[in-house]
Amino acid sequence: MTTLATSASATDAAPPRRRPSAARSRIRRITGVTAPYGFVAPFFVIFLVFGLFPILYTFWVSLHDRSMLSTHSGDMVGFRNYTDLMKDAYFWNAVRNTFWLMLMCTVPQLVLALVLAHVLNARLRGRTLFRMGVLLPNVTSIVAVTLVFGQLFSFRYGLFNWALDSVGLHRINWQAGDWTSKLAISSMVIWRWTGYNALIYLAAMQAIPKEQFEAAAIDGAGTWRQLWHVTLPALRPTIAFTGLVSIIGQVQLFTEPLLFETTPGSVTGGTDRQFQTLALFMYEEGFHLYHFGYASAVAWLMFLLTVLLAAVAYLITRGGSLIGGTRTPGRPRRWPQPRRPAGRRVPAATSTPAATSKSVPTSAAVAASAEPADGPAGGLQGGAR
Amino acid sequence: MSLTTQRPAGSAPAPDETPAPEPRGPRRRRTADPNAQRPGFSRYPFLIIVLLVAVLPVYWTFMIPSRTNADVAKVPPPFGPGGHLLENIRRVFDTVAFGKALANSFIVATSITLCTLLFCSLAGFAFAKLRFRGRGALLLIVIGTMMVPVQLGVIPLYIEMQKFGWTNHLISVIVPTAVTAFGVVFMRQYAEQAIPDELLEAGRMDGCSTLGLYWHVVLPGLRPALAVLGLLTFMQAWNDFMWPLIALSPQNPTVQVALNTLAAGYYRDNTLVLAGTAIGTLPVIVVFVVFGRQIISGIMEGAVKG
Repeated sequence: MTTLATSASATDAAPPRRRPSAARSRIRRITGVTAPYGFVAPFFVIFLVFGLFPILYTFWVSLHDRSMLSTHSGDMVGFRNYTDLMKDAYFWNAVRNTFWLMLMCTVPQLVLALVLAHVLNARLRGRTLFRMGVLLPNVTSIVAVTLVFGQLFSFRYGLFNWALDSVGLHRINWQAGDWTSKLAISSMVIWRWTGYNALIYLAAMQAIPKEQFEAAAIDGAGTWRQLWHVTLPALRPTIAFTGLVSIIGQVQLFTEPLLFETTPGSVTGGTDRQFQTLALFMYEEGFHLYHFGYASAVAWLMFLLTVLLAAVAYLITRGGSLIGGTRTPGRPRRWPQPRRPAGRRVPAATSTPAATSKSVPTSAAVAASAEPADGPAGGLQGGAR
Repeated sequence: MSLTTQRPAGSAPAPDETPAPEPRGPRRRRTADPNAQRPGFSRYPFLIIVLLVAVLPVYWTFMIPSRTNADVAKVPPPFGPGGHLLENIRRVFDTVAFGKALANSFIVATSITLCTLLFCSLAGFAFAKLRFRGRGALLLIVIGTMMVPVQLGVIPLYIEMQKFGWTNHLISVIVPTAVTAFGVVFMRQYAEQAIPDELLEAGRMDGCSTLGLYWHVVLPGLRPALAVLGLLTFMQAWNDFMWPLIALSPQNPTVQVALNTLAAGYYRDNTLVLAGTAIGTLPVIVVFVVFGRQIISGIMEGAVKG
């Protein structure tokens, strides 16, 4: 207790990077030393017990021949579950389906979201109405989305087949086909998430300093060229972040393939497993066939896959801007001005090219597109604080 | 906190920072929105199409169950509502334990929301305003956990619940999601902006304990953020599916689990299934319509931070 207290005052005495105000350090001194730990403890306890431990324990279970039905932990079998998996055609089918769906869901969704955000980023009449409409799909549950899309895609009574019929095309048995079923499932994901991502992009776009758009506009760049040369470079960290979140989400794609199936009680993702994902395969093995060990091996591989994808995404974007908040602790605070606009810090850097651009028109677009790489990323985080 | 407060801040840049208006300026209008251009008319048709695409499936969810199966099977499918909604809803309650499902979902979503608000505001307050050893490192860990796909731990989680004797009890669904890293970060962000140190200082002078400060100063100051986080958490808890499906039984379901049971009938009776879906979706739609503005601002705030 005493050591903690002394070390705390030592921290105060040491020249801190963030210059705590006098009031702040006084609060520090009279605050109980243990209280803060008590305040953050619930998060860490719950995360450790119900988040981290299960993930790590998955690996241990995957080394056993464990059944769901017995509480006994089963025989240790080493890596046999993994070697069996490598020979399991259903597993590789699920891997293939998961990757295709990941591609078919993520790419169109993010492109559409960018376009939508760009269109929304204007002084629109009925702005709130449009934003709410765009977000509406996201508040409905995945179960609801899948069930209603199941009806829309149904072979005999679905709206889509009726539309195909009425323009003289053949009806499609969406659910039975390899690609058509994936198309249907990805349409559900795209429908539910595009608007959400568009709002995230919109927020990031509004944090871009206005001067950059003005510079580009003076150079004669239209709204779509501004999107390409000003907005996109500035949004790179945000795009990387949403892409990563989306990819991680797709690795775990479960509800859509489970409920798109119309055969009662089936969890195989179609009669030919044409849309069974890894998560559904894991569920089938674990909770229908009761092979807890085998299913844990699948889960652990999915975990490694997620980590791998996250690492790749991180390397591609190179830098702390991927998760904005991580930089926060080390940064000086602009206290006590709570709601600084993003522009405060950036204009010093950006207003110069904007000003010079008047005399050197051609360089402005270059300056505007080169500048954002650092400026708005910082401004983007600054705007939140 | 919300956009509405961000906006005026952005619209009034200090004059000393703004470069002098450009010579060709008069043609261009100053906008209220920092980056907003004047919208061309082409934006509206595009947005209206997007709006229709967004609304159609939701409309379908409520339209189909107002019809009979015979109606739905007709060759031009019906586009307008019919008068069979109540009848189909009654069938839902006859087929599965939907009343219990609704009650369970309310209990689960409300409990998760209250726990999340309590724990996240406590932790957010500590991270924003209290100094303690390891604060930076702990905060980094919190942020890092947002990336951990905890859903992949369902099998050991199920084993844990068996050990605790919680399987098929609502508590098994409530506790694992009773606090989120997102909520902690969100609360910290807001507390840092919204709670002045002077106020905490004054509270101290009046002899408040740290817990007293939390209760009398921090909690009232966090109210807008609590509302947003509460809404997001409630909707997320209401919509959660995979873990409740595993942890609960069809006899003691949440709404989403009951919908799964409905859909797994011998043939998919769409007016029945979508009647259940409509009731199960109605609460979140109502919440969304009433509080949409706050929800949107919450998501966009979180985005700028992320």
